[in-house]
Amino acid sequence: MHNENQSLIFELSKEGRVGYSLPELDVPELDLEELLPEGYVRDEAPELPEVSELDIMRHYTALSRRNHGVDSGFYPLGSCTMKYNPKINENVARLSGFANIHPLQDESTVQGAMELLYDLQTSLVEITGMDEVTLQPAAGAHGEWTALMMIRAFHEANGEGHRNKVIVPDSAHGTNPASATVAGFETITVKSNEDGLVDLDDLRRVVGEDTAALMLTNPNTLGLFEENIIEMAEIIHSVGGKVYYDGANLNAVMSKARPGDMGFDCVHLNLHKTFTGPHGGGGPGSGPVGVKADLIPFLPKPVLVKKEDGTFHFDYNRPQSIGRVKPYYGNFGINVRAYTYIRTMGPDGLKAVTEYAVLNANYMMRRLEPYFDLPYNRHCKHEFVLSGRRQKKLGVRTLDIAKRLLDFGYHPPTIYFPLNVEEGMMIEPTETESKETLDAFCEAMIQIAKETEENPSLVQEAPHTTVISRLDETRAARTPILRYTKVEA
Amino acid sequence: MKHRYLPMTEQDKKEMLETIGVESVDELFSDIPESVRFKGYYNIKEAKSESSLLKELKQLAAKNEDTESNVSFLGAGIYNHYKPVIVDHVISRSEFYTAYTPYQPEISQGELQAIFEFQTMIAELTGMDLANSSMYDGGTSLAEAGMLAAGHTRRKKLLVSDAIHPEYRDVVATYAYGQSIEIVTVPTKDGVTDMDALKVLIDDQTAAVMVQYPNFFGQIEDLKTIGELAHEAKGLFIVSSNPLALGVLTPPGKLGADITVGDAQVFGIPESFGGPYCGYFATTTKLMRKVPGRLVGETVDQDGRRGYVLTLQAREQHIRREKATSNICSNQALLALAASVAMTALGKKGVKEMAKQNIVKTRYAKNAFEAAGFTIPFQGAHFNEIVVKTNKPVSEINQYLLEKGIIGGFDLGRVYPELENHVLLAVTELRTKEEIDALVAEMGAYNA
Repeated sequence: MHNENQSLIFELSKEGRVGYSLPELDVPELDLEELLPEGYVRDEAPELPEVSELDIMRHYTALSRRNHGVDSGFYPLGSCTMKYNPKINENVARLSGFANIHPLQDESTVQGAMELLYDLQTSLVEITGMDEVTLQPAAGAHGEWTALMMIRAFHEANGEGHRNKVIVPDSAHGTNPASATVAGFETITVKSNEDGLVDLDDLRRVVGEDTAALMLTNPNTLGLFEENIIEMAEIIHSVGGKVYYDGANLNAVMSKARPGDMGFDCVHLNLHKTFTGPHGGGGPGSGPVGVKADLIPFLPKPVLVKKEDGTFHFDYNRPQSIGRVKPYYGNFGINVRAYTYIRTMGPDGLKAVTEYAVLNANYMMRRLEPYFDLPYNRHCKHEFVLSGRRQKKLGVRTLDIAKRLLDFGYHPPTIYFPLNVEEGMMIEPTETESKETLDAFCEAMIQIAKETEENPSLVQEAPHTTVISRLDETRAARTPILRYTKVEA
Repeated sequence: MKHRYLPMTEQDKKEMLETIGVESVDELFSDIPESVRFKGYYNIKEAKSESSLLKELKQLAAKNEDTESNVSFLGAGIYNHYKPVIVDHVISRSEFYTAYTPYQPEISQGELQAIFEFQTMIAELTGMDLANSSMYDGGTSLAEAGMLAAGHTRRKKLLVSDAIHPEYRDVVATYAYGQSIEIVTVPTKDGVTDMDALKVLIDDQTAAVMVQYPNFFGQIEDLKTIGELAHEAKGLFIVSSNPLALGVLTPPGKLGADITVGDAQVFGIPESFGGPYCGYFATTTKLMRKVPGRLVGETVDQDGRRGYVLTLQAREQHIRREKATSNICSNQALLALAASVAMTALGKKGVKEMAKQNIVKTRYAKNAFEAAGFTIPFQGAHFNEIVVKTNKPVSEINQYLLEKGIIGGFDLGRVYPELENHVLLAVTELRTKEEIDALVAEMGAYNA
């Protein structure tokens, strides 16, 4: 079975089959030609599949078996925080009073939903140490851009519209510079020093009166805490810039350090990471943004507020707001899940989450250190980065190691990122994994390191057990086939 | 404390600390400077057990008036449609919802193929050459289309029809500000884009003309003529479209659209108080290499088997960084899957039948309102929404309707001052004749 092509749903289609059950038409039937202008009645039907309900279920079940999720096995994908996705979250998000409410209903009819959002907002204010939070942005990158637009509006309101530079470390996620560009800024890259932290001298060199902001992930993408954060914030603030916290790695510092106390002016969070989203195969996410008081006037519209009478209200009267960043009020369904998670964990639970996330990462780092190069040898936070340069000398690349891990039933770490590590492997175990799982993964890594020395082709030719072998990505990009086209027999 | 999501035992912890060579977990945080260390205790609610939290949140959910226990005529971009039950069964398979972006194609063929099928279905419905793997929602997708047009044409002006969803227009304006792009609003006449005004406003600086199809008032725009005007000025033609309507309407791809965007919420996705939804982005082969977001392409493995990969990634932020033209990093994979299942269940015939039911039932409602003495100001062809003029404030009418178990329409006066006391009503296939009759009767009773 594995040697055959998996059918596309279109290839299962047969005229005359249906998979739907529409309501009966109980009003007089009319002719479309009478209802629509000439030339606007579709004359060629879209080629959607014609299949029965069982066909559909079998098809998607087959596809699901060709997919690896957190529930399938360990998923130490660095920077993505692939923790367990609690099932209660799914049940709560599907409650009719949450799933079946329309975003434009009168506020008086959705007070329960607004109360939940307000409580989530308030919890995130506390967790981040900021003064106000908006739940509007749909994802992390969307949150980054939202916050940068606010920084831009802040500078413009102060007559400093000339501030057009955003400083980003060389280890930053690609979304940071891209968000800066979309918000109309130029990006300046600041170097890392030999300890893997931002080089303060280089930072002092690049700041100036054109500095709008510094974007920083802390702990950074190497999993290291930027110890000089206070000094960095001072450098930026002294020239009038703002300091932005990329909350991708918040799982590492809950109850240990808050962005608001570290000198950050704004922060975005990835609720689909730290707060158990889930990831959904690539989305949806939710990327709330928290800000300090001086940025509050620029929050996107509307702002959810609690009125004196205890009711909740969407405030549109925000003259300095950057405007709308998304229709309606953010990815509510994801916010419900995150809220359920926070309520499930409580303050003690969130503290334990961070402690175990960091314990697990350090444990794995020390277990693997003898077998792989560790470019930055100090306590890590929730993740760490190994280098495969030792293996590369033997002809085995990090990509090969990743592919070999598939044979052991694991999702590989993030590879070739951050960019400042040669043959990088970024490993983030998360707190929801047991010691047995961590040990088994380490054993697999150690075995691969041995195979690299003894039988490198076994690694180079991996994977050997997956439903499909390595795919020709060059061919996919050179002659793109982005959709199915029916071949007439 | 022990928690069901945290498996480490005290013994595990002890052994791990020994391996690391530290005495306590606290030592692992010694790199956090004393001055920024959080020494307090989060002032958030204490943890609750599974059963008591469920109970509490059910009560909170029950405070809301939902569209299941009420009869809803509220649309305005998000609709109460038939959701095939099978959709939730498929997206509840945790191999899909607990996975991340399919970066390792060998163990992500399921997700990749599902997206490839989604791309195909959207391309089919819109009549465009290709579609991407999805966007956050219809509004941000429209904004991205505008940014693409400005980059592609190297022009800095977008002509936006006033009959586009007001919140979508607001989002476009925010994005445009970031890119220093000018927004010019094209007014409407009789509920559709005013062609004379458009002819005056369009010029050699116009990057694109944007319209909605069916538009915010439910009316069918003359895409063919608008597209010709856009192309004469060498601008792009961008259409925001309800993909369900394309079950019966000539698709934008056949009427000159360069980019078609919209929201696939209509296919199996609950209203969910604003999201998550499923934006789509479809375009021509010519613009393929400028598409924002992820694309899945077909290829073969080393043994010649058909397979799928994320492709043309040179466009994306993680490769291009500050040179990227869009910062989008995720897609709405799970919602794209939901929409795919619904589109599959409906199929070629069902999508047409469902779209047609929307038009026919809306026409029934229109006739019934007119028979009851209401004025319908816009008399052009419609899809599943109509504008009804009222004698009393819409908010009052809606308050009254709610007492009767009806969620009324969108108060147009909130965003169009000239349409005070006008309500936008959506009639989907789920509304029965009886429900429509009740709406007309109750509105008549209150309005009189």
